[in-house]
Amino acid sequence: MTTTPPMALSVTGATKHYDSGFTLEDVTFDLPAGYIMGLIGPNGAGKSTLIKLILNMIRRDAGQIQVLGLDAIADEEAVKEQLGVVFDTSYFVDTWSVDKVERVMRGMYRTWRHEAFDGHLRRFGLDRGKKVKELSRGMQMKLMLAVALSHDARLLILDEPTSGLDVLARDELMDILAATIEDGERSILFSTHITADLERAADFITYITRGELYFTGPKDEFEDSFRIVKAGLDLLDRLPAKACVGVHHYSTGFDALVRSENLPIFPADQIVVEPASIDDIIRLTNVGQSSLGEV
Amino acid sequence: MKLIISSVSGEPIYEQIKDQIRAAVLSGELAAGEALPSLRKLAKELRISVLTVTRAYNELADEGIVENIQGKGTFVMSQGTELMKRRARTRIQRIFDETCTAAKAADIPLLDLMAMLEASYKDQS
Repeated sequence: MTTTPPMALSVTGATKHYDSGFTLEDVTFDLPAGYIMGLIGPNGAGKSTLIKLILNMIRRDAGQIQVLGLDAIADEEAVKEQLGVVFDTSYFVDTWSVDKVERVMRGMYRTWRHEAFDGHLRRFGLDRGKKVKELSRGMQMKLMLAVALSHDARLLILDEPTSGLDVLARDELMDILAATIEDGERSILFSTHITADLERAADFITYITRGELYFTGPKDEFEDSFRIVKAGLDLLDRLPAKACVGVHHYSTGFDALVRSENLPIFPADQIVVEPASIDDIIRLTNVGQSSLGEV
Repeated sequence: MKLIISSVSGEPIYEQIKDQIRAAVLSGELAAGEALPSLRKLAKELRISVLTVTRAYNELADEGIVENIQGKGTFVMSQGTELMKRRARTRIQRIFDETCTAAKAADIPLLDLMAMLEASYKDQS
């Protein structure tokens, strides 16, 4: 905390244009080593595009990406050794056995540790003889995680790892992730739309919407910068337009996302002011009259 | 040391940690020189952000209750307990002042007031 911490991931001005018209525009953020960052945003916001850029699976049109101080393109081989990846669906061949997965992966990573993999299999209850296609969705995720944790990866990138998992499997994953960063050496970038997973454990949040960066920084700061104001429709006109990021109105009242520093002053018996959850912020920054500005 | 975090209380998690550590120092449960749980271990066990625990520990250090020793951990300051006791006294003094003002306004004699205090003190234990 006294010196600037080393960066696990440093993205500067990352840009990608697709022929379809979608653009990921000028995204910049840093993930310091030893922390968990949640990458959030509605579907189609550009989360997967950003992850593919980091993993060098698609070509970027502009910008710089550094993983553990190494350039994602120039030092691709060295970067791959240090990266562990978990996707929402298994990237192993369906007919491979768990044992075969290890044989293939051992060939791909110089730093492969058989004992570590063995330990993870036992801990996760994975059977070496089972074929990938015979594993449940949660077990496939754990297999990817076991691989990611068995070659000394310093940066884990998880793309929607919890989609389709039940609450027990998600809980278990969050435990494993918390244990993974305990030594302060490893870091995690975690994209999800199940924000309950991040509400407690994430240190940092990077929020992308409509292909642009909306916020990046400590999670507490993100949640603290907004409040939810609820009141009857008669007060809606008196809500300062500048303070109000997004409003959802219904027949008997409205919910508004308001920046904490300019909370409107209304009589306390006429409004309810609540802390904003990550979901509230995503929901209300994406309704009609939201203003895409810097936070 | 006991630490319990509520996710629905509305009070920020770092405040909850601070309050409980302050209480443990005040009661002597955490003695001077004793180490707080390791920051990352606590974050892992409570399943909360490392930054949240860091903030709680740093703010307690600013208050002079604990100190961070680089690479070693966070320890209860020798004057930590004293500091907390002194603060408690100041707070109690303020409450007494208010109480006396209210008692005088209602014409309640000192002896009655002391009896009330005694009763409520005994009620607590």
